[in-house]
Amino acid sequence: MSRLYPTFKYTVIALWGSFVVGPFLWALTTSFKDANGVQGGATYIPWMQYKPTLLGWHNIFGGAGGIDVVQPFLNSAIITIAASAISLVLGSLAAYGLSRYRFKLGFIKNRDIIFFFVTQRIMPPVVLVIPFFYLLQQVNLLDTIPGLIIVTVALLLPIAVWVMVDFFNGIPREIDEMAMLDGCGPFEVFVRTILPNSLPGLTVALMFCAVFGWNDFFFAFRLTFTQIQTLPQAVVALNSSVPPWWTLSAAALFGLLPLILLAIRVERYLSRGSLPGAVR
Amino acid sequence: MEGLRRHKSMFVLPGLLTLLLIIVFPLLFTLRVSFSGWNVSNPQMDFVGGANYVKMLHDGRFWSAILRLLPLAGGTALIQYIIGFGMALLVWHEVRGRRFWRVLFLVPMMTTPVVMAAIWQTIFNESLGPVNDLLGKLGIAPVKWFTESGPALAALMTVEVWQWTPFMFLLLLAGLLSLPKEPFMAAAIDGAGVWRTFLKVTFPLMAPISVTAIIIRLIEESKISDSVYVLTSGGPGSSTETPGYYLYIRGLSEQQTGYAGALSLTYLVLMIVTLTIISALLVRAFKVKEN
Repeated sequence: MSRLYPTFKYTVIALWGSFVVGPFLWALTTSFKDANGVQGGATYIPWMQYKPTLLGWHNIFGGAGGIDVVQPFLNSAIITIAASAISLVLGSLAAYGLSRYRFKLGFIKNRDIIFFFVTQRIMPPVVLVIPFFYLLQQVNLLDTIPGLIIVTVALLLPIAVWVMVDFFNGIPREIDEMAMLDGCGPFEVFVRTILPNSLPGLTVALMFCAVFGWNDFFFAFRLTFTQIQTLPQAVVALNSSVPPWWTLSAAALFGLLPLILLAIRVERYLSRGSLPGAVR
Repeated sequence: MEGLRRHKSMFVLPGLLTLLLIIVFPLLFTLRVSFSGWNVSNPQMDFVGGANYVKMLHDGRFWSAILRLLPLAGGTALIQYIIGFGMALLVWHEVRGRRFWRVLFLVPMMTTPVVMAAIWQTIFNESLGPVNDLLGKLGIAPVKWFTESGPALAALMTVEVWQWTPFMFLLLLAGLLSLPKEPFMAAAIDGAGVWRTFLKVTFPLMAPISVTAIIIRLIEESKISDSVYVLTSGGPGSSTETPGYYLYIRGLSEQQTGYAGALSLTYLVLMIVTLTIISALLVRAFKVKEN
C-alpha cells in the first residue's frame, strides 16, 4: 500500500490534469490552423500534421472576416470591475451587519435575510432578463454600460454577502469590542479594524464576483444590441454560422489571460494559509 | 451598546434595498405577467386568470426538462464533489509541483462557460473533433455526440464537470487547509491508518463545508442554460433541454412572456422546496452538528 501509494497519487493527478488541460491544448493548436488544417480531420502537432498560420490571431484584432476583441474586452473589464466593486462594498457592509447584530422584523430574522440573499441565485437568468428588459427600457439604460452594471450587481451581490457573512463570523467579536473601547464608532470599527483583517475573505469574494461577472453571457446577450458588446458575446457570435474554429480558439484563449492571473493570486493566498479561514 | 442599535440597519439597509429594488420588481412583474396572455402578437398586461398554469400542467416538455435535472444537476454535482474532494485530498499535503497543480485545477472555473462550450463543440465534433479521432485510434466506432440523446447528455455533463469541479476543489481544499491539527495527531497516536483517519476524522470534519458546497453546485447546476444553448441547443429534439433553456425558448425566442412567467415562478417554488428538503437530508446524511 505505502509503496504503491505515490504511483497511484501521481497517476490520478496526471489523469485529471490532462483532462483539465486538454481543451486548452486543443484550442491552442486549433488557433494556428486555417480551413485546410481543420477540414482534414483532427490534427494536433503543427508543422508535422498541418501548416500553422497566424490567421486566427490576426482575425481577433480586426483582421478581415474576423472581429476586434479589444473593445469588447474593455467593455467586459469596465462592467466586471464596477459591478464587483459595488457588490463588494454593499455586500460586505450588509454581511458585517448580519454577522454582528441581531435583526428581527416580525418573523424575519438574520437567517431569513441571508436566505433571501442566497435565493436570488436560484433564479435562472431568463426569469430576471425579461423584467430587466422593461425596467432598463423605462430608464433608457438598455444597451448601455451602466445598465449592464446594474443588472450584474443583482447577480453578484448575493455571492458577496454569502462569502463575507461566513468570513466575518470567523473574526472574533473581541476585536470589535477592543476597538470600541478605544473610542471608535461602529463605522470606524468596521473600516479601521475589520476590513484590514478581512483581505483573504475579500479576495475570495472578489474572485467569485470577477468570475461570474466576467463570464456572464446571458444578460449582455439579451440587454444589449448594437452599441455595447461584451467579450463572451463577441466570441459566441463567431460560433453562429460557419464556425471559423481558428478565430474562435484564438479569441477564447485571449479572454482567458486576466483570470489565469487571478487563479495564481488566489492560489498564493491559499498556500500562505491566509485563505482557509475565508471559506468555511 | 444602545448607540449601536441605531447603526445596525445602516450596515444592512443599502445592500438589502439595492437587492429588493433590483429583485422584487422582476418578481412582482413575473407574478403579474404569469396571469396575463402577454405574447408576441398581444404584448399587453391583460388578465387571463390561471390559463397559463393550466397549460403548464399539460406541458410534457417542461416537466421532462425538470426531471432531466436529476442526472444533469444531481449527477454532475455528485461527480464534481467526488473528483473535487479527491483532488483536494491529493494536493493537500506534500506533492511535487503542488502549486502548479493547484493553479491548474482552478483554471477551468475561470473560463467563460459559453466560450468553452463553443470550444467543446469543436472537440466533440463528430467528424473533425479529437474525441472521435482518439476513440478511433483505440478501435472504438465514432460516437454521435450531437445526434443521439444519450451521448449528447454525456457530452453536456462532461463539459459541466470540467468547468465546475474546480469550484468544489477550491471550497474543499480551503476547508481541508483550515482543519485543526489536533484530531489528526490523536488519530496518529491511536495508530489509525490512512483510510481509517479519513473516515473517522477528515470526512466528519469536512461535513459542513461539504453540504454547503454541494448545495451551491446544485443551485448553479440546476439553472444551466448558457452551455446548453451553445453546445447542443437542447437537441437532438428536446433531449438535453434544461428548465433554464426551456424558459429561454418560451420567454425569449417565442416571446410567450405570460406563459414563461408561469413556468418561471413554478420553477422557482419547486427549486426552493426541493433544495430545502435536499439540504435537510444532506445535513442528516453527513451528521452535521449545528454549532
